Amino acid sequence: MNYQPSVWAIIIFFSFVAFVLLISRFYAKRSQSAKGFYTAGGSVPWVVNGIAFAGDYLSAASFLGICGMIAFYGFDGFLYSIGYLAGWMVALFVVAEPLKRMGKYTFADALDSRFKSKGIKIAAGISTLIVSVFYLIPQMVGAGSLVTPLLGWPHWLGVMLVGAVVIFIVATAGMASTTYVQFLKGALLIIFSCVLVFLVLNKGLFTDEYKTLEVDSASPEAITLADPAYTVEKEWTVGDLLFVAVRFADNEQSVWAYNAQKGLLEETLFITHKADGTELFNGASKEDNKFFQVGNLTDIRGVPDTQTGAIGPFAFLGAIKESTVVRWDKAIVMDDGDKITIYYQHPTSGAEVLQPGQKFPLDTLKNKLNFISLMLALFFGTAALPHILIRYYTVKNPAAARKSTIIAIVSIGFFYLLTLFLGFGSMIGGGLDLTNSNMAAPLLAKNFSIAIFAIISAIAFATVLGTVSGLLVASSGAVVHDLIGSSKQKKLSDKMEVSIGKIAAIVVGGIAIVLGILFKNMNVSFLVGWAFAVAASANLPAIIMVLFWKRTTAKGVIASIIVGLVSAMVIILLSQSTYNDVYHLVGVTAPMPIDNPAIISVPLSFLTLVIVSLLTQKKDAAQEA
Amino acid sequence: MYFFRTNQIEKVGFFMQHENVTEDKKDFAAPYKAKLGLWMFLVYTIVYAGFIVITAFSPETMGLDIGSINLAIFYGLFLIGFAVILALVYNFLCARCEKRMNVEEEEEEAAK
Repeated sequence: MNYQPSVWAIIIFFSFVAFVLLISRFYAKRSQSAKGFYTAGGSVPWVVNGIAFAGDYLSAASFLGICGMIAFYGFDGFLYSIGYLAGWMVALFVVAEPLKRMGKYTFADALDSRFKSKGIKIAAGISTLIVSVFYLIPQMVGAGSLVTPLLGWPHWLGVMLVGAVVIFIVATAGMASTTYVQFLKGALLIIFSCVLVFLVLNKGLFTDEYKTLEVDSASPEAITLADPAYTVEKEWTVGDLLFVAVRFADNEQSVWAYNAQKGLLEETLFITHKADGTELFNGASKEDNKFFQVGNLTDIRGVPDTQTGAIGPFAFLGAIKESTVVRWDKAIVMDDGDKITIYYQHPTSGAEVLQPGQKFPLDTLKNKLNFISLMLALFFGTAALPHILIRYYTVKNPAAARKSTIIAIVSIGFFYLLTLFLGFGSMIGGGLDLTNSNMAAPLLAKNFSIAIFAIISAIAFATVLGTVSGLLVASSGAVVHDLIGSSKQKKLSDKMEVSIGKIAAIVVGGIAIVLGILFKNMNVSFLVGWAFAVAASANLPAIIMVLFWKRTTAKGVIASIIVGLVSAMVIILLSQSTYNDVYHLVGVTAPMPIDNPAIISVPLSFLTLVIVSLLTQKKDAAQEA
Repeated sequence: MYFFRTNQIEKVGFFMQHENVTEDKKDFAAPYKAKLGLWMFLVYTIVYAGFIVITAFSPETMGLDIGSINLAIFYGLFLIGFAVILALVYNFLCARCEKRMNVEEEEEEAAK
């Protein structure tokens, strides 16, 4: 799709960015000490910290990724909402208070509080850096996706802009400014998502139809059309599907899908990838805007050409269940050296869309294990994410850590309810850009008004800013306290700790910019699933066992982190999804049977910790004594 | 604006200056809260596991009608609502215990 920037969008967006930068400058003077820079002095009120938690957590994955996945696949996208929230129960019931009690700057402090081991600090520091980078990639991809429709800039420029602004935020004021950016953004995101859901329900459901061409005769040799103004030029068969290239009297070429049951040709959207590298969208250049937004119902409760008017939330879902939703599938054909990607209509019953199975097929044991593995990663990953864990050190005591987690659960839970309506609203209300599944929520807003689109996009952009700045603070904390701090005999001065932290934030930010550009077309929620899996495998077994198993040893913790980290990454890097979407090795079978590592790597990490701890009992006990 | 006010923070308008205000007081309610947390975690995990098992091994069951919606949506919404309710109950019980045990222990120590 080609996106035209609007003046409104540009004004609102840059006002927002300017405000965020002002907050950073405001806090810069107050973040001179290491304690101030990394934990905002432990003085953040629990309500503010709770909403900031929501701001941290409701990242590009939640807002852009989940809404997009629901819009494209229905209920399967909502599984992420369920899993992401469930993870907070681990954080609240198991991790929040003990971690606050035992730690100071990073979660490695808590892990190491019993052992005083350099190895634990280094392993946890490396793990924090790797998980942060995995989590940074989707945030950057989301930022690039947003800037294109908002400002008309290319994806890479969007990623660079986010990188630059975030590095400024972190390098000037660290955790204090990050917290208030998160607070502001979390609150605005929830408020404006409510507004958008209200608009969706107020408009209700309505049907829409795409163009069709009547077929005069369809023999095995050729299709002829009833309207003589159209001429059939080519036909391509892909499995059971027949696609037809048609030329109109004005010389315009288009691609249609043959519906044998109805005796019609149905409109498609298509991208022609020319041999010389150029791309045509529906036969024209991107700027001609012929590649339109899609998403509609063909009937509501069996009645075509109708609408419901304003509708309640349950009635909204109930009506979708009894209607027919047009989803879009993809086929690829070759034509004289050009590759044509054809998006064709796939009418699906609403009941199917509201059930699991559209994104994650549950037909084979392998697919079932993949699904269980994903849900396991989401459940155990939250309480192991570095940028979430460091937020426990920004409040004054364990009770405040607990209360801020509860504020987070209430606000995040409420937001995830909204994702259901934002996603389905996009799916049936023309909010889909078939080339980018991350744009469903902003495009839904665009269907109502440019001003709302601009506000929602600016908030979504701030979402990315906030989450990325939290991750950079976590990364720089890991570098200074866990990696450098543990290797130096002499403690670094406060000023030096802050300076090195700022340099670390700039370097990690730079890496994130490069990766954000490389991973351009992947769904951000899917990518975040990987970050959760790595965090759950590397960090959570160590955290839980240190808290609840007295026989845990330093070597057990180190081994658990390394095994969890390495096994999760190996499975991800050798999975079919990575082969197809990252290495672009289509048709090559990957060595790993599953895409999501948690079902293997989490138990493996626990097991390693138990075995190594049991084997090193006496040695470590002697050391502790 | 009670929630935004603490004794240790010097306010600058809505925002506040950041000094080291972390408390290191002993929490006598900690063992009770840890035990309660583990039990509530277990309860939620069982309900969450039920959702995963039904979805993975009997996805068609998730299509069963529950009022105007289906079991998949109902169970998903229930998991979100249940999480919020459990969190509030946990906080209530923890706060009650903190109030009782910490005050009692402090009074006992003061009496000694």
